[in-house]
Amino acid sequence: MFDYVWLIPFFPLVGFLINGFFGKKIKNEAVIGAIGTLAIFSSFIVSCLILVEMIGLSPEKRVFEKVVFPWIHSGNFKADMAFLLDPLSCIMIMVVTGVGSLIHLYSIGYMHGEEGFYRFFAYLNLFCMSMLLLVLGSNMLVMFIGWEGVGLCSYLLIGYYFHKKSAGDAAKKAFVMNRVGDFGFLIGLFTLYWWLGSNHNIWTINFTEIKAASHLLPYGGVVTVATLCFFVGATGKSAQIPLFTWLPDAMEGPTPVSALIHAATMVTAGVYMIGRMSFVFIKSPETMMVVACVGAATAIFAATIGTAQNDIKRVLAYSTVSQLGFMFLAMGVGAFTAGIFHLMTHAFFKACLFLGSGSVIHAMHYALHKGHLHDDAQDMRNMGGLKKAMPITFLTFFVSTIAIAGIPGFSGFFSKDEILWMAFANPLHGNLNILLWGTGAIAACFTAFYMFRLVFMTFFGECRINSKVKDHLHESPLVITIPLMVLGFLAVFGGYIGMPKLLGMLPNYFEHWLEPVFELAGEYGATYAHHGAHPSHAVEWALMGGSVVIALIGIAIAFTMYVQNTALPKKFTDTFPTLHRAVYNKWYIDELYDYAFVNPCKALGQFLWKGFDVLVIDGIVNGVAGVVMGCSGVFRYMQSGLIHNYAWSMAFGVVVMLGYYVFK
Amino acid sequence: MTDLPLLSVLIFLPLAGCLLLLPVWNCRVSARPIALGVALIELALAAWLYASWRGLSTIPAQLPGYLLQEDAAWIPAFGIRYTLGLDGISLLMVMLTAFTFCVALTVSWNSITEKTGLFLTLMLVMESGIMGVFLALDLALFYLFWEVMLIPMFFLIGVWGHGRRIYSTIKFFLFTMFGSLLMLLAIVALHLTHAQQTGVATFGLHELLGTQIAPETQLWLFGAFFLAFAIKFPLFPLHTWLPDAHTDAPTAGSVILAGLLLKTGSYGLIRFGYPLFPQAAQTLTPLLYALAVIGIIYASLVAFAQEDMKRLIAYSSIGHMGFVAIGIAAWQPVALSGSIIQMANHGVTTGALFCLVGMLDERAHTRDIRAFGGLWGKIPRYSFFFLFFSLASLGLPGLNNFVGEFLVLVGTMKKAPLVAALAFVGIVLTLVYTVRLVQEVLFQEERQPLPLADLSLREFSLLVVLALLDLWMGVHPAPLLDMIHLPVQLLTGTP
Repeated sequence: MFDYVWLIPFFPLVGFLINGFFGKKIKNEAVIGAIGTLAIFSSFIVSCLILVEMIGLSPEKRVFEKVVFPWIHSGNFKADMAFLLDPLSCIMIMVVTGVGSLIHLYSIGYMHGEEGFYRFFAYLNLFCMSMLLLVLGSNMLVMFIGWEGVGLCSYLLIGYYFHKKSAGDAAKKAFVMNRVGDFGFLIGLFTLYWWLGSNHNIWTINFTEIKAASHLLPYGGVVTVATLCFFVGATGKSAQIPLFTWLPDAMEGPTPVSALIHAATMVTAGVYMIGRMSFVFIKSPETMMVVACVGAATAIFAATIGTAQNDIKRVLAYSTVSQLGFMFLAMGVGAFTAGIFHLMTHAFFKACLFLGSGSVIHAMHYALHKGHLHDDAQDMRNMGGLKKAMPITFLTFFVSTIAIAGIPGFSGFFSKDEILWMAFANPLHGNLNILLWGTGAIAACFTAFYMFRLVFMTFFGECRINSKVKDHLHESPLVITIPLMVLGFLAVFGGYIGMPKLLGMLPNYFEHWLEPVFELAGEYGATYAHHGAHPSHAVEWALMGGSVVIALIGIAIAFTMYVQNTALPKKFTDTFPTLHRAVYNKWYIDELYDYAFVNPCKALGQFLWKGFDVLVIDGIVNGVAGVVMGCSGVFRYMQSGLIHNYAWSMAFGVVVMLGYYVFK
Repeated sequence: MTDLPLLSVLIFLPLAGCLLLLPVWNCRVSARPIALGVALIELALAAWLYASWRGLSTIPAQLPGYLLQEDAAWIPAFGIRYTLGLDGISLLMVMLTAFTFCVALTVSWNSITEKTGLFLTLMLVMESGIMGVFLALDLALFYLFWEVMLIPMFFLIGVWGHGRRIYSTIKFFLFTMFGSLLMLLAIVALHLTHAQQTGVATFGLHELLGTQIAPETQLWLFGAFFLAFAIKFPLFPLHTWLPDAHTDAPTAGSVILAGLLLKTGSYGLIRFGYPLFPQAAQTLTPLLYALAVIGIIYASLVAFAQEDMKRLIAYSSIGHMGFVAIGIAAWQPVALSGSIIQMANHGVTTGALFCLVGMLDERAHTRDIRAFGGLWGKIPRYSFFFLFFSLASLGLPGLNNFVGEFLVLVGTMKKAPLVAALAFVGIVLTLVYTVRLVQEVLFQEERQPLPLADLSLREFSLLVVLALLDLWMGVHPAPLLDMIHLPVQLLTGTP
């Protein structure tokens, strides 16, 4: 089966080609939706078969490379179109195709009746293909095709409602910020390539070959440079500080897009990339520290913004940024397995949350449309009490919220607790650990708060939607609720494959599965780890209890403010107007970027064109031309076209020449 | 087929085609197919050469790296010979030339309504000239072709252009003539130096390669060549003729200007400039780096401020050619291969973009970005191609421009990391202005109710071919890279 790995990105490509080029003629939504969904579902089947086959192999044999065709060969530089199957890419293809299939299915219902239905499915398939190239690429350049490809699809899908200027601007912003990150990715690639090549004559960008040669890489130094560059790439794609502002704006796209691209798959690419190159990253203690700090900072920074947003999708967007911060925190403290584990559980519960919000928005839209009202269908202040009208949406949304808040027994608890524990107990960062753990814990508290605020404002209390249209609110159709139920189920139970050893009920399958991938990184890390006293089980229990208490505190505050005493939030904003305004406006980061980068660039462009090109350079040239014209004004008397003039000139010339020779 | 003097056929077939046009000078309907037919035969010849280059490379008794050669005495008094040679690099350029002329003739099928006979003749003469530039191995011959290819372009812009076409023509004329005259002086000086040293009067490139020249003289001579080629490139700050020439040229003129004329500059630098004056080139390499990097960033920033689509694409051309220049400056096998591939890539992609803008101009009679908007909903097929070539132009991996830019940067990174890093800034800026163009033209609300029809069959087929080519060169550039591999190794001296 491994030989057929190319089928996985191939099916979505076929789906894209069919829907993209003939979708307009097909017209029938059911057919278009079925083609799109089947394309990715076929990939899912192949992925399952590959997973089963890989489980059957012994751990050291679980690496397989398939070269499809040679791509760029020039001198020492060699990049093939090739795929890599190992336990890590296996998990990723399962998540991408699995969650992807559900979201395709959901989209059939959600996008019903939209203009350009076929276009949507074509883009979605193209996205899946790019994402699969990204995770399957066996060298950095194939990964980079996917890396840029998902950026493109994200651009196209955010700008799906292309008539809207705001959608277009958001799309542009996402594309540009991603490109800034790509800059880092390629520089990192070059640095690694040249260093290995010129120092050890190993000219490669292939992951397996770099892994085999990784013992040659020094600790720090050039590796720090390369990995920091790669990390810049990761911050762009995964919306970390300082390149995070595009993700909340990306919510202009249709909701399934937010669920698939901006929660479950594309934005996790940065985390995956660090995992894929863990054996390089770990060799630079400095980079690991930067990754951990940026992750922790993003986690708390985005979480604060999330507490003040009123748009349901924006809250989830900031939540995603914050959760990605947790994943980077995990990567930065060397807990690669925990980071990938959180990536997976987050894909389940966040996809479920986004799709649930989509279901709510869908219902709100319908109701408002029926009443000919123009209220904002995404503003939580217009919602409330929806749990009665939409029981399935509510239930799945609620369990996912519990999961993300980190209540024991749900998937998010296992992964987040593991991250916080490793932030505290990792041997890499010494005294910084307390700070990393503390930041993470407070961010977790905020997470519980803003998520339950969202749930309370949306589903609990009394219905704030215009009473005229209240009766039009209803549960979404099955094609929407089935994916919700599946994802809700995974949000609850998906965590049990990676239970911490401490609880000891089930073996940690997830860790065993990824062990061969991250083993080498662990060895490298151990060489410079601080060998302090290893925290005891008692500490681990205490921290676990602590993180549960923290989550409960967040929930309790949300409950007090949004269920018991609903006047409190208003009182709060009135007491601290500046703070609220700053948080609500995202700490004015967008404005800062406009001021610092966007406006100067625009002005400089204008100036260089009108000032330099036209005035200086052309001024000189036109000056020369003027002189030439002036001269020609004189010379044209010599070319009057009259024969006798020429005859006279010739005679004159002959006389002069004769004279010269005669009197020489 | 190898018994035929194929290279001469490539050069003189279009000229012969001009004779065929004479009887139908005033009959537009029958003149067009004849011209296109000639261009297609050229394309077929180029394709045949490409298909059989491996076989040709095994024929012995040639200069190393060359596939085909022709040599005959021409003006013995001055040692001028008629020497032509085809290696992988010139083959790629010959293919690009043959292809671009087919594109240019197809795209201007309906748009040239006046003096069509003259127009087609000039096109064919220009094709001859450009083919000659890419094949000549004798400097005097090269110079001849260099001039032959320029003159039709003056008329193309001056007669069939629009806007301030006379101003643009004169500007183009002044810039290029200035450069060519300096180059002519340098060629003659080189010839005399060689004659003085060896007593052999020759203009042959491979004889002149070994000439010992004093470093200072070398600097002057290289400077003259460099200036001529830099104007063609065009490198900052010698670029200002290009936006004007492009803006006012007819679509076919723009396609050829971007697709081929700019390439003669970079080709000249690779074939003549660097090999003839290696030390001087080494000395001036920092200058080339600097001008290229400034050009990339500068052109991208200026492109951002443009409202005329053609002008915007013209500035983007300057940026893209900056990458070619960087790759040449690095003079390293990977980077140089990247440059050469990028020359072809840029020709196809930017040519296609000029075609697209031309098509829009024919319909709406304006190229002002602010007049459009919402084309995606109105003319979806057109919009698809517009998006596609924009993406290729901004260097999306999987499409062609990426391959060239990437190889240039890989190669340069080692030699000049700062240059590579700054060039990356250019890549980010390229995305910014290209996305802006796409955004304003294709998306958002329609700003003016313009009477726009979607692509005709002729336009559609043309764009499909261009798009497939873009995709092919992006996904499977290996055969092309293979073809230029040996010449590049020989040039950079890294076996």
